Amino acid sequence: MNFKPILLLCANVYRFARRIFKQAFHPPFEWREILSQCYAMGNRSLFLISFTNFLAGVVFTRQSRPSLASFGAESWLPSLVSQAVVRSLGPLITGLICAGKLGSNIGAELASMKVTEQIDAMEVSGTRPFSFLVVSRVAATTLMLPLLVVYADMVSLFGSYLTVHFMNNTSFRLYFNDVSGHITYLDIFSSLIKATFFGFAIGFVSSYAGYNSENGTIGVGKAANIAVVVSMVMIFVIDLLTLQFINLLR
Amino acid sequence: MTTNTAAGHSEKKGDPKRHPVVASVRNLKKDFGEQKVLADISLDLHETENLVILGRSGTGKSVLIKCMVGLIRADAGEVTVLGYDVNTLTPEQLNEMRQQIGFSFQSSALYDSMTVRENLAFPLKRNLKIYDRKQQDEMINTALQDVGLENTAGKMPAELSGGMKKRIGIARTLILNPKIMLYDEPTAGLDPMTSTEINELILKVREKYKTSSIIITHDISCARQTSDRIIALVNGLNKAEATFGELEHTEDPDLAPFFKY
Repeated sequence: MNFKPILLLCANVYRFARRIFKQAFHPPFEWREILSQCYAMGNRSLFLISFTNFLAGVVFTRQSRPSLASFGAESWLPSLVSQAVVRSLGPLITGLICAGKLGSNIGAELASMKVTEQIDAMEVSGTRPFSFLVVSRVAATTLMLPLLVVYADMVSLFGSYLTVHFMNNTSFRLYFNDVSGHITYLDIFSSLIKATFFGFAIGFVSSYAGYNSENGTIGVGKAANIAVVVSMVMIFVIDLLTLQFINLLR
Repeated sequence: MTTNTAAGHSEKKGDPKRHPVVASVRNLKKDFGEQKVLADISLDLHETENLVILGRSGTGKSVLIKCMVGLIRADAGEVTVLGYDVNTLTPEQLNEMRQQIGFSFQSSALYDSMTVRENLAFPLKRNLKIYDRKQQDEMINTALQDVGLENTAGKMPAELSGGMKKRIGIARTLILNPKIMLYDEPTAGLDPMTSTEINELILKVREKYKTSSIIITHDISCARQTSDRIIALVNGLNKAEATFGELEHTEDPDLAPFFKY
């Protein structure tokens, strides 16, 4: 087996990561571009995140209710749903949606800029395109994912509440008292940590794929594809690793 | 010194070769895998000179100027631009050097998500830290006037023709007042009339901005109109170095076909 391409890829990924960290903490900072990317990314994915997380809340509640009812434990439904949503469902669904939506966008955008020599044009005019294009996007996904996950959790729980309300006529206050009583700070912490890593992974993988794309328009499609697929795989790997880590703290 | 009577355009006065050297390349070599692109290239660019690099497609003309701005790293040889040794520069020094060089891409390379104004404002904000809109507008209008496209500031690149894109690409580099201009196939894909306009623009830029230029082309009328001196590349080597008038009647089998069209 030829290990050379794998070793080369590892070296390139390491160099790319080192460059990101070096420029991210080295002035001049790209505040304007980071804010603009944060706004664009939040705006771009908000509807899809609202829709999917609302449905996830509804479906999970409807599916869990009969099982709990058979044990006479229907009153545990808000607790079950809240823990599932905050610990796992919310971050995972939001991460996957963002991997698809933002990952493909970043990958394709940077790749097409690369193919049409726009990045070279920035490079030769001394405008530091890496910091402007890559660092800002990685920072934006890393900052936005935790915020989107908090929002997604709320939407999901609201979907769950509506389902319970229509089935049992439970009040909003009673439902959310029950929910808040069963969510610990560790749950919220683990959710935010996961989301931060998901965001970084999406930004990093997509930017790497786009910024290093080759072979014209074929390269653009390939970059978008790699951005989505690898980001999604990374999300599951990070999910597993953070779960192991958080379980050590419990 | 060369008088381009055939094109009927510029009469170039003074011998730019007597002027100081602003960029030099010595024994430059570059391979891409098995393919030898630049075998052994040496050249000097003098102040306010228009040096045309003439050659067939794939002879490494674009690679040469990309090596000069550090976009591609040469395998061997020395590149000195404006006193900077390109091969040994730190990223900060490379940026400093690049801010004094204008690079006009073959594809124009306009930022397609930005308007023309934003394209021109981008280097102003990033390099010169000019954020004042009034000051930006003044500089942008001057650059657009210089390329004859005053009324395009609000347009997107997709709304422009090929020739207009080239001009805006040149305006974007002129806004930083470069000392050296590198034109990569400035007339490629343009009709003869638009090509002539671009050639005239290249001469106008030299007059107004006192730039030294390297013009990469395989378009003989571009070479005729714009060159003070021509270097012909064949198989990654300097095949000939002369004025257009001297090369025009060459019988060299590698070069003669260029001048028959």
